[in-house]
Amino acid sequence: MRKIYLDYAATTYIDPRALQKMKPYLTKAYGNASSLYSLGREAKAAIEKSREDIAKILGASSGEIVFTGSGTESANLAIFGIARAYRDYGNHLIVSKIEHKAVLESAKKLEKEGFRVTYLNVDSQGIVKLNELKKALNKKTILVSIMYANNEIGTIQPISKIAEIISNFRKQSAKRKAQSVRDSRFAICDLPVLHTDACQAAGSLSLKIRELGVDLLTLNGSKIYGPKGVGCLYVNKDYKIEPLIVGGNQESGLRAGTENTALIAGFSEALKLAEKLKKRENRRLKTLRDYFIKKVLKIIPGSRLNGHTRKRLPNNINLSFAGIEGESLVLRLDQYGIFASTGSACTSQDLAPSHVLLAIGLPAELAHGSLRLSLGRKTAKRDLDYVLEILPKIVEKLRTMSAIKL
Amino acid sequence: MKKKKIKTNWLYSQTAKEHFLNPKNVLWDEKNYQADGKGTAGNPICGDQMALWIKVDPKNQKIKDCKWRTYGCASAIAATSMLSVMVTEKGGMSVKKALNLKPQQIIKRLGGLPNLKFHCSVLGQAALKEAINDYLKKISSKE
Repeated sequence: MRKIYLDYAATTYIDPRALQKMKPYLTKAYGNASSLYSLGREAKAAIEKSREDIAKILGASSGEIVFTGSGTESANLAIFGIARAYRDYGNHLIVSKIEHKAVLESAKKLEKEGFRVTYLNVDSQGIVKLNELKKALNKKTILVSIMYANNEIGTIQPISKIAEIISNFRKQSAKRKAQSVRDSRFAICDLPVLHTDACQAAGSLSLKIRELGVDLLTLNGSKIYGPKGVGCLYVNKDYKIEPLIVGGNQESGLRAGTENTALIAGFSEALKLAEKLKKRENRRLKTLRDYFIKKVLKIIPGSRLNGHTRKRLPNNINLSFAGIEGESLVLRLDQYGIFASTGSACTSQDLAPSHVLLAIGLPAELAHGSLRLSLGRKTAKRDLDYVLEILPKIVEKLRTMSAIKL
Repeated sequence: MKKKKIKTNWLYSQTAKEHFLNPKNVLWDEKNYQADGKGTAGNPICGDQMALWIKVDPKNQKIKDCKWRTYGCASAIAATSMLSVMVTEKGGMSVKKALNLKPQQIIKRLGGLPNLKFHCSVLGQAALKEAINDYLKKISSKE
């Protein structure tokens, strides 16, 4: 049977070229990067080369890249790391309501530790409300974390505009402080710090730190045809963070534990390749995406597109079908070899539908009936044509046995 | 639609899978169905809603037909399907016995459901209860 993988936003396969880069460090070059002898130095060199390569893509210096165990860990390190390092300066954080759980749950945890968190609303297409951000910023705000592109609906946030708002706020408060407070601590840094989770954006959007204007940026390997279990956090050298994992001096003391050389080498190679292929893939995927969306909306009555029509990741399709439930849909698609995902409650542990779909104002019923198809390097038009053949039949079948009448 | 089996671990038991993919006793044509009792349960906001219809043999008070429609996840569909089989098999379940049917019995027949999905089988049972009570109310008003 045909197998059509349309869940690239969940994870990707490893590009063979990235895998090739990993292999030596899993076998012959197994040394500990902290060791003094040549076998260790070899591992160390590979890690530092990877760090440089990633820094170059970001337009950062290599000392600003911290390798971690995942995108989730990077986001955790950003949120907890900043909150704990700057808690003397304020206890207020700002995040958007549609962040990945890696950010949201970290913020919630900090709320329990006495921090105050503002959760910014988004509009019906998933763009963060910038006027809410402006209003929420205050002298106690130490961190703003807003994702670059959303993993469920693919909406791309205006990160550089957000950075501009924050930069303006810093300038104003610097002026205020200079006038009122004679506390040298405030001269140390500019607060709040801006973090963005760029896990979904990598491979599609620009990762240039200067263009984005962010201070921290999260990336990982498993969405960019690199290995799972590795990520990195860019931390602007002017800021300090508190580590989450202690017990060694690896990663400048910001992430203890023997480095996984193979994963790091595979990750950096994958990111380099993704950058190289970006332009061509974006063009190809956008065409496929828009072709599919147009067709589905035409063929299937009671269907709608979730997210933004234009400010959208080239590979993201998120649809809702009235009257049916997403888990049933995904499991039936699976029977035809089509692999996709849903924001339905039935796939989550808390039995609540996707927080992202609810945040864009979708009624719970339509959130339950959502389907995410995320395209990737191996997706061809004929795959989408196959889905276009099967999907309407399944939707129709589930609707005829549904207790909800349209 | 053609069906092929893939040899992979499925989310639910083989029985639950079978009932989800080939549900039994779905009411496709509501207009031409003369039910003795109807019940509904669930809420689309929570992600599942079901409607269930029964026909009862007045002579022996046994359920002779049970039809349903479900909006919900695979386990909700499988549980309602199994429930409809259980109350109609072997000449039908008595109304009294059906009122006391436990969700655990449905889950057992399905070969188990993940703990999180317990409520799916509770819903089917609730709809059945309502359908039976609807039927009992109708006959008592006739008498």
